[in-house]
Amino acid sequence: MNAVEVRDLTVAYRESPVLWDIDLDVAPGVLMAIVGPNGAGKTTLIKAILGLMKPAAGQIRILGKPYRRVASLVGYVPQRGTVDWDFPTSVLDVVLMGLYGRIGWVRRPGRNERREAMEVLEKVGMTGFAHRQIRQLSGGQQQRVFLARALVQDARVYLMDEPLQGVDATTERAIIDILHSLRSSGKTVLAVHHDLQTVSSYFDEVLLLNVRRIASGPVSKVFTDTNLRLTYGGRIAIIKDAP
Amino acid sequence: MSTFQLEIQLVAAVVAAACALPGTFLVLRRMAMMSDAISHAILPGIVVGFFLTGNLSSPLLILGGATAGLLTVVLVEWIRKTNRVREDAAIGLVFSSLFAVGVILIARFARDIHLDTDAVLLGELAFVPFNRLILAGRDLGPQALYATGVVGILSLGFILLFYKELKLATFDSALCATLGFLPGILHYTLMGLISMTAVAAFDAVGSILVVALMVGPPVSAYLITNRFGYMILYSVALAMTASIAGYWIAHLLDASIAGCMAVMVGVQFSVLFCTAPEQGVLAAWKRRRHQKWQFAIKMLVIHLLQHEATPEADRECRMDHLQDHMAWEEAFAEGVVSRAVSQNLLHTVGEYLELTAAGRELAREAIIHT
Repeated sequence: MNAVEVRDLTVAYRESPVLWDIDLDVAPGVLMAIVGPNGAGKTTLIKAILGLMKPAAGQIRILGKPYRRVASLVGYVPQRGTVDWDFPTSVLDVVLMGLYGRIGWVRRPGRNERREAMEVLEKVGMTGFAHRQIRQLSGGQQQRVFLARALVQDARVYLMDEPLQGVDATTERAIIDILHSLRSSGKTVLAVHHDLQTVSSYFDEVLLLNVRRIASGPVSKVFTDTNLRLTYGGRIAIIKDAP
Repeated sequence: MSTFQLEIQLVAAVVAAACALPGTFLVLRRMAMMSDAISHAILPGIVVGFFLTGNLSSPLLILGGATAGLLTVVLVEWIRKTNRVREDAAIGLVFSSLFAVGVILIARFARDIHLDTDAVLLGELAFVPFNRLILAGRDLGPQALYATGVVGILSLGFILLFYKELKLATFDSALCATLGFLPGILHYTLMGLISMTAVAAFDAVGSILVVALMVGPPVSAYLITNRFGYMILYSVALAMTASIAGYWIAHLLDASIAGCMAVMVGVQFSVLFCTAPEQGVLAAWKRRRHQKWQFAIKMLVIHLLQHEATPEADRECRMDHLQDHMAWEEAFAEGVVSRAVSQNLLHTVGEYLELTAAGRELAREAIIHT
């Protein structure tokens, strides 16, 4: 059974398609990069998989079921800029939000939940920041907090929208290490990624997307000059190491 | 203090609390102007409610007003989603049109009753005790107290029950939706409550003060806390304080109570804006000044470290030298030196400046970390 299965997915904004007839299979335990130019529909694909956007056509299955039935098994790391970091709350509080789904309506997080959140903060190297107001965080720290919020869910499938956007080299390394440890415990990760040079060293598989699916599969097979040209049109100079 | 005075203050405080509670969410969602829109757009709803019941104190008026308020929210969002008009323009368009419909309805059909446009805009707290709730021949107190009290308790209950969900929906509505918490329904319930609050409050304080109480106290509270729960708590406390203080000032000046309450809301904000411990203007100014001195002290200790025990030390490590070589004015140089001395970073031997062990340590660290 595939971790993520997308069949004939079309998402349209009014009558103009943002995603055209996408098919995608992601096996469990795979680290997949979603790559494509601006406006290729990368964020839209993630939002459609999460049920945040209604498809015009097509079917999406996660772990063989519709999203609603497995919501608690799916972790989401949105783009950092989608929330207001001036919101009056602490790092620990934001991480706890990842557990709200499991806690359910009305009940409040308790001591056990706080302990779990602290453990995850340790994993992302943010223990000392638990009671910091989120306004005081740097970009890389914000990204770690968002990652921690998804990790604390202990999901089986993770969808991440640019988890490495605007972070320094140390944080990038730390986040990649976490992604790799997720893979070794059998989790599946789909991440929108912008740096073409690191695709092959960070990820197992890649989806090349530009409104249509250009190619998807193991990096070694589909991350080719030809496919990149098809994805980015003539607008890219291919910089790759010599063979 | 007479019973009348007590009742007016009680109503004022309850109205203030009822407005500040949901107002916190409006401010955090960057929708403060929606309170202006809703508090005006409820007018046609109230008028229609009045036509249906012939009674200005019927609960149906609250429902009618709440419907009009929700209609405003829906219309604004619908117009904004077309991407032809921006949200601020959409708000201005919708609420003024709806308010105007209300004004026309009153002028055309309701000229003889107490419901006039002045009353809607400004309200009159002083008249609140005359309109009493009488059940089975017993006088239970001013009607406005019950109207705003019930709506306030509804808001309080909603916020207490769904505190966690509302916090998530306000901070990150996408995550809220993916975790299955229905941010849309939470949003419209909140907007419905805000509309009901505006209807219940307008009779007492008028729609303009509703805006002051929904926006002012939460913004002030935001200046003094970093925590969501405390922000709600503080904004309620601030709103109630402003309303009582406003009442007494109005009493002293023989002026409009609602007006004085709104002024107090503004005064609270101005005071906190200047004096808030972390985010206040004064605190920021002190922080900057402190940083300026600390930076100068670092420059000084580094300078002294570079030159101590060198042949030119005699010349370089002197008080009067700072004015020439560091281009510091005499008063500033003295300020830096006296601060450095009091922090035990150096001591003076006549005109000569000598680093202490702590001073050397600071200088070395400063060099390494920059």
